[in-house]
Amino acid sequence: MTDFTPVSSLLGGFLIGAAAALMLLANGRIAGISGIVGGLLRGERNETGWRALFVAGLLAGGLVLQLVAPASIGPSVVGFPLLIVAGLMVGFGTQLGSGCTSGHGVCGISRLAPRSLFATATFMAAGVLTATLLRWLGAVS
Amino acid sequence: MTARAWDGIAAVGSGILFGVGLVLSGMTRPEKVVGFLDVGGAWDPSLAFVMAGAIGVHVLAYRWTRGRKAPLFTAKFGIPSRRDIDVKLLLGAAVFGVGWGMGGYCPGPGIVSLASGGTGPFVFVAAMLLGMFVTAKLEELAAASSDRNGQERAKVV
Repeated sequence: MTDFTPVSSLLGGFLIGAAAALMLLANGRIAGISGIVGGLLRGERNETGWRALFVAGLLAGGLVLQLVAPASIGPSVVGFPLLIVAGLMVGFGTQLGSGCTSGHGVCGISRLAPRSLFATATFMAAGVLTATLLRWLGAVS
Repeated sequence: MTARAWDGIAAVGSGILFGVGLVLSGMTRPEKVVGFLDVGGAWDPSLAFVMAGAIGVHVLAYRWTRGRKAPLFTAKFGIPSRRDIDVKLLLGAAVFGVGWGMGGYCPGPGIVSLASGGTGPFVFVAAMLLGMFVTAKLEELAAASSDRNGQERAKVV
């Protein structure tokens, strides 16, 4: 089992909730990462600046913690073929389903949006089934 | 400074906070994500604390913020208002969940993990962007074709 980290996980969660709150208060938008990145790829006019700046901030935050605590960004648990399939599915699924863990899971659930409640229940269930199945098949290191 | 400049600064600040939060929470360690989702295995419940923390803070912030007439630096709130549960939503969420359980990365942690310089996150994010781009193009084509059909029907009528 991986180490149980309730304190750092809770603190990290507070920061994620605060980041989404800042986005809402300052510019009135949902901090949904798949929506922001998908919007950049769609090239929607007048919406590119803040989206690019948000993604730059994400990377900057990652870089700072990578320098302070390198082990906090862990290695991948599956090989390249499964990573590619996983990436394609996450890309397709989040665009078709209009959101991911941040937009549906955090922002949507916080305002009790029915679409987000159904979406989150669905992707959690699919994630649990997949992780369980891959362990049985011995695909995850 | 203009409101637009403040809007940009807030977007960077939100991104930094979000990125730091994701790494601190453990979401950028795929083994922890898979260990959380694999509830019948050696279960690591840590990531339930991430959800609890994030939602706890955001519920309060949402209630407080929505009492305002407008955000600080833009004219109005852009909150999704749809309430219908359709096949696209559920199918998309299911496909996303399978990909998440497979690689242990959802979009944010995948992007933040690029900071490690590892090839794994790079391969995942490249595939994810391709999947997003192709889906966006297909949705544009589908929308254009349904517009055309609508116009043709209108002509016939």
